[in-house]
Amino acid sequence: MTDSKYFTTTKKGEIFELKAELNSDKKEKKKEAVKKVIASMTVGKDVSALFPDVVNCMQTDNLELKKLVYLYLMNYAKSQPDMAIMAVNTFVKDCEDPNPLIRALAVRTMGCIRVDKITEYLCEPLRKCLKDEDPYVRKTAAVCVAKLHDINAQLVEDQGFLDTLKDLISDSNPMVVANAVAALSEIAESHPNSNLLDLNPQTINKLLTALNECTEWGQIFILDCLANYTPRDDRESQSICERVTPRLSHANSAVVLSAVKVLMKFMEMLPKDLDYYGTLLKKLAPPLVTLLSAEPELQYVALRNINLIVQRRPEILKHEMKVFFVKYNDPIYVKLEKLDIMIRLASQANIAQVLAELKEYATEVDVDFVRKAVRAIGRCAIKVEQSAERCVSTLLDLIQTKVNYVVQEAIVVIKDIFRKYPNKYESVIATLCENLDSLDEPEARAAMIWIVGEYAERIDNADELLESFLEGFHDESTQVQLQLLTGIVKLFLKKPTETQELVQQVLSLATQDSDNPDLRDRGYIYWRLLSTDPVAAKEVVLAEKPLISEETDLIEPTLLEELICHIGTLASVYHKPPSAFVEGSRGVQHKRLPGSAGSGESVESPEPASAAVPEASPSIIPSQGDLLGDLLNLDLTPPTSTAAPPPTSGLQMGAMDLLGGGLDSLLGGDLGGNPMGAGFGAPASAMPPSFSAPASGGLDDLFDLGGGVGMPTGAYTPPKTMWLPAMKGKGLEISGTFARRSGVIQMEMTLTNKAMSVMTDFAIQFNRNSFGLAPAGPLQVLTPLSPNQSIEVSLPLNTLGPIMKMDPLNNLQVAVKNNIDVFYFSCQYPMSVLFSEDGKMESKVFLVTWKDIPNDNETQCQIKDCHLNSDAASNKLQGSNVFTIAKRTVEGQDMLYQSLKLTNGIWVLAELKVQTGSPVFTVSLKCRAPEVSQAVFQSYEAILRN
Amino acid sequence: MIHSLFLINNTGDIFLEKHWKSVIGRSVCDYFFEAKDKAGDPENVPPVLQTPHHYLISIYRGKLFLLSVIQSEVSPLFVIEFLHRVADTIQDYFGECSENVIKENLVIVYELLEEMLDNGFPLATESNVLKEMIRPPNILRSVVNTLTDTLPTGQLSNVPWRRAGVKYTNNEAYFDVIEEIDAIIDKSGTTVFAEIQGAIEACVRLTGIPDLTLSFMNPRLLDDVSFHPCVRFKRWEAERVLSFIPPDGNFTLMTYHISSQNLVAIPVYVKQNISFFDTASCGRLDITIGPKQTMGKMVEGLSVTIPMPKSVHSANLTATQGSYTFDLATKVLVWDIGKLNPQKLPNLKGSLSIQSGVPKPEENPSLSIGLKVQQLAISGIKVNRLDMYGEKYKPFKGVKYVTKAGKFQVRT
Repeated sequence: MTDSKYFTTTKKGEIFELKAELNSDKKEKKKEAVKKVIASMTVGKDVSALFPDVVNCMQTDNLELKKLVYLYLMNYAKSQPDMAIMAVNTFVKDCEDPNPLIRALAVRTMGCIRVDKITEYLCEPLRKCLKDEDPYVRKTAAVCVAKLHDINAQLVEDQGFLDTLKDLISDSNPMVVANAVAALSEIAESHPNSNLLDLNPQTINKLLTALNECTEWGQIFILDCLANYTPRDDRESQSICERVTPRLSHANSAVVLSAVKVLMKFMEMLPKDLDYYGTLLKKLAPPLVTLLSAEPELQYVALRNINLIVQRRPEILKHEMKVFFVKYNDPIYVKLEKLDIMIRLASQANIAQVLAELKEYATEVDVDFVRKAVRAIGRCAIKVEQSAERCVSTLLDLIQTKVNYVVQEAIVVIKDIFRKYPNKYESVIATLCENLDSLDEPEARAAMIWIVGEYAERIDNADELLESFLEGFHDESTQVQLQLLTGIVKLFLKKPTETQELVQQVLSLATQDSDNPDLRDRGYIYWRLLSTDPVAAKEVVLAEKPLISEETDLIEPTLLEELICHIGTLASVYHKPPSAFVEGSRGVQHKRLPGSAGSGESVESPEPASAAVPEASPSIIPSQGDLLGDLLNLDLTPPTSTAAPPPTSGLQMGAMDLLGGGLDSLLGGDLGGNPMGAGFGAPASAMPPSFSAPASGGLDDLFDLGGGVGMPTGAYTPPKTMWLPAMKGKGLEISGTFARRSGVIQMEMTLTNKAMSVMTDFAIQFNRNSFGLAPAGPLQVLTPLSPNQSIEVSLPLNTLGPIMKMDPLNNLQVAVKNNIDVFYFSCQYPMSVLFSEDGKMESKVFLVTWKDIPNDNETQCQIKDCHLNSDAASNKLQGSNVFTIAKRTVEGQDMLYQSLKLTNGIWVLAELKVQTGSPVFTVSLKCRAPEVSQAVFQSYEAILRN
Repeated sequence: MIHSLFLINNTGDIFLEKHWKSVIGRSVCDYFFEAKDKAGDPENVPPVLQTPHHYLISIYRGKLFLLSVIQSEVSPLFVIEFLHRVADTIQDYFGECSENVIKENLVIVYELLEEMLDNGFPLATESNVLKEMIRPPNILRSVVNTLTDTLPTGQLSNVPWRRAGVKYTNNEAYFDVIEEIDAIIDKSGTTVFAEIQGAIEACVRLTGIPDLTLSFMNPRLLDDVSFHPCVRFKRWEAERVLSFIPPDGNFTLMTYHISSQNLVAIPVYVKQNISFFDTASCGRLDITIGPKQTMGKMVEGLSVTIPMPKSVHSANLTATQGSYTFDLATKVLVWDIGKLNPQKLPNLKGSLSIQSGVPKPEENPSLSIGLKVQQLAISGIKVNRLDMYGEKYKPFKGVKYVTKAGKFQVRT
């Protein structure tokens, strides 16, 4: 007997027929009809029209019929709330039924009916059920609280259900405990600071007891809850670990992984010399390996988590390399993850095996996988120095296969190997050159050109090779063009006699025929360097390169710590903190690993004790994403390094010298004001300033201010805001604000080092911006910044930088560099820092100007909740260089006429209406450049409200 | 927790949906379909997908996708485990987990889903508890009511896996020790990697509440184990003895894993040569299989599966034993051999033809070996004795051993 018969239809129309059957007198017929309705509902057909007829069947002693009707109700109550009310009485009655199964069923179903009116009736029955004598009813009621909270959170709080739920954590039945924990955890997610799960040693003990006796799912909830607890000391930590370890042998992989999370977290508190610590480490490996024999979907999640665990505690799985070997019929998503972990585990001890495997993979079918395998060989070479030679010969073997994408990947990684071990493997260059013609991917072409340029003196026909690329210069991608430009310049510096023509050709291609500003700028820089001072050019372009570091793909330590606390969750699959992707701003708390209880010896702990060990020597920069380096094609050591000549000043000098040579029009303000400006890669198409004021005004203003009337007191400075969270700054956190002090704009920042290594070599740059803001001097961070240390820096700014209109107007894009990387963020400065001290207009001029500016340029806004009288407002504004020129009182309303002047010479006129006794101010702004009005208004609001 | 579930067939039709909280529109599956198209092969669809407002976690089983929709930060393993449990339950109830079977039993499936999850929290996932509430579709179902009025006692007892009041006239307890060898053998016949996945599958039909103890001759072999919740872990830790009150019927008592660090015996060797010629559009294939470490037992159910490169369009082979098939659509060559006769080794030999005008394949196909050895646990594990406490009768007891090839691959 099957259910397919429920789908047979007749011509009369299904709904009509079902209606008749539902109203039949015969019980059996009724039940069959309800089944037909449910069957239609499950496949997504709309049977909501039958609502009253189905609900009429609810009053029955037949449990099966009742259940079916409940199923229907849950699905459709939302669309028929008025009808759903009809069902309430039956629910309330059922909650009193002597059969606990019926009581539980009723309370469970009521919670699923997402209709506000019904929830009110639900409260009383729910309260009873939460204290029911039968644990089955209690555990169902616990879940019902979570359901109700989802529908009406306020109601749940008002009715005190949360407290009852908390009491259930001490229930005698483990399943009730588990469900109470699950419900509380879900509710807590929407109340991050509510302290709902207040964990103390007593509750922890109850949870641990329940853990042994509840179902596998309950164990997951309890373990996840335990992971949020921070033990008081290492002894408590150890005792919890001991009671959790048996879960590692559970058949349910989710239980295992949740147990791993608890252990990984609490282990942090155990002293490393403790015997138990070693035992625990050993116990963790087998269950992790076992997860890999499960279904592929489970394997995938397990592998993503193992990837984290291996980074935090590589010792756990160091002997288990083989289980990560790829099987040919693994799904691709499993293959890629396994490969990643293989590289992380690669060491001198197992490199031979790993390489043999990788070579095998490089002949597989799947292109993505093959490419990643070839890259992996390169990563091994960089990671395990002893294996580099073997890696290179493996790569050469692969190049011999002549499989196009393999060859190209191999060349890209060989370039990286050259950068790690310069002057060691150049003998392979000849083989690489043979494959020049087959390269059609930009990355591979660029890599090849880099190699030819870098080793031009050892390649007899380097000029021919590079020339061959030059023919189709304009069809190449930017990456290749830039590389070709640099490559030929290097060639020229090495073999000047025979390549003069070539270098001129490429320079003119880059500077005259190209639309790409990056290429053009780089071309000019080289051109000038070469024409002014070839020796300096040589020193700059052929300077010794920093070595690339081996572990560029490691997750940043603070993030890793947070992710370890989230093992087994979605965060651990995405390798992103939950705050980065959990829906809405449901304020997820950042979790941290607890500190070690041992003495300061624990290097891995995030405590300041570990400060002594910097992670990498400062001369190493990561191989990727360094835009500063990219500008000069990594030919330069970082400016602060003592080994190389200071390239910044060198460049600037060269540029200045030539500015008179008629090229300045092309270069605009780029080189003069901000020598590294092009490094931002911002679209540099000349953007005419959209302001009516003459551009030179800004300069005059600045000088004017220098000795001008200081208004040191009262200027409004907004509080510091977070600009660069540590998560994005590889441990560097920056918060800051802008202020105007004695006529100078100051960028005030707090730099905090939240990473584990010392930070040095700080530098800052701005992208072009609307008002030409630029640092007036270098960023003064003289001493290295140790872990957990903060420093306050005040950076004076001028307005002489290059100009580009931003959106919003007061947006500023900033790049901060340190020894670790370059970080980008954008912030908004208050317009008030641009209000200059000479912004007081003569009243006559004001009058004329006000009339002169067309009414279209007038904008009006209101400021609410401002409890000031007009004089106080006027004083406050004056503190920020908004000057009141005249005041008029009309019918109890004060009108203030005000003027201000921006640093670039734009005048803004304002009329401020203050109604005595009313907290609402009206501001009308008139300006020839109405674009600024919005930002000026924001400043008004900020000044007046603070 | 789990918000909604969609069942989707291979061609991308949603044929069942169930929502445990508010209703989520089907359009959310579009993200999944996009990923499915991109992945090509259904096995390659990533199990965890992120969409602007939801997470989609899916499994692929029996040509079906079970796709769950998640709205909050939950453990994806929990969801995946649960989805497999749903598929297991459907299989348990109807014999298989396929689109047809589900469509034929829609209402029962829907009732099951309702019982398995409440507000996204697992409610009753033990087969015996579910069967007490919703009868499987057998003859009984048509006579008795589908749903029983009894309280699912199992849910509350300390042994939720066992139903109360079990009665048998023949009391029996059988245990199968099943070991699967996962191995990668390279071209030259060297073992790159080998491990054993073991499981003890039990079939227990005993009256009352029996308390069983199972001990091994050599428990030291087992250092990586996962147990059914019924096993008392403390006893295992202290005495290396499995002590448990069993569920009623079939269940997996424990699984174990013998890692690649131990020496794993490989029962057969494979000599193979698959090559394609540069000039002519054809290739040669020559495979011979022989016994290696069989511990004196017969190797049966021998088979070889080779996914050929896409450009191979036919195979002209001769098998000295068994028969072979070459599927033109999937390009999979299967050679069914049967028993391995050590005196006369099976051989498959002949030529492969390649589509003309196509360059010779770059990849080397891997061989998957299937085999079975009865009465042998290749790890050497042996059950010592099985004792029953708590009940008075004498049950029939039995232990069987079998070794199979798991993911047993030979590279060429």
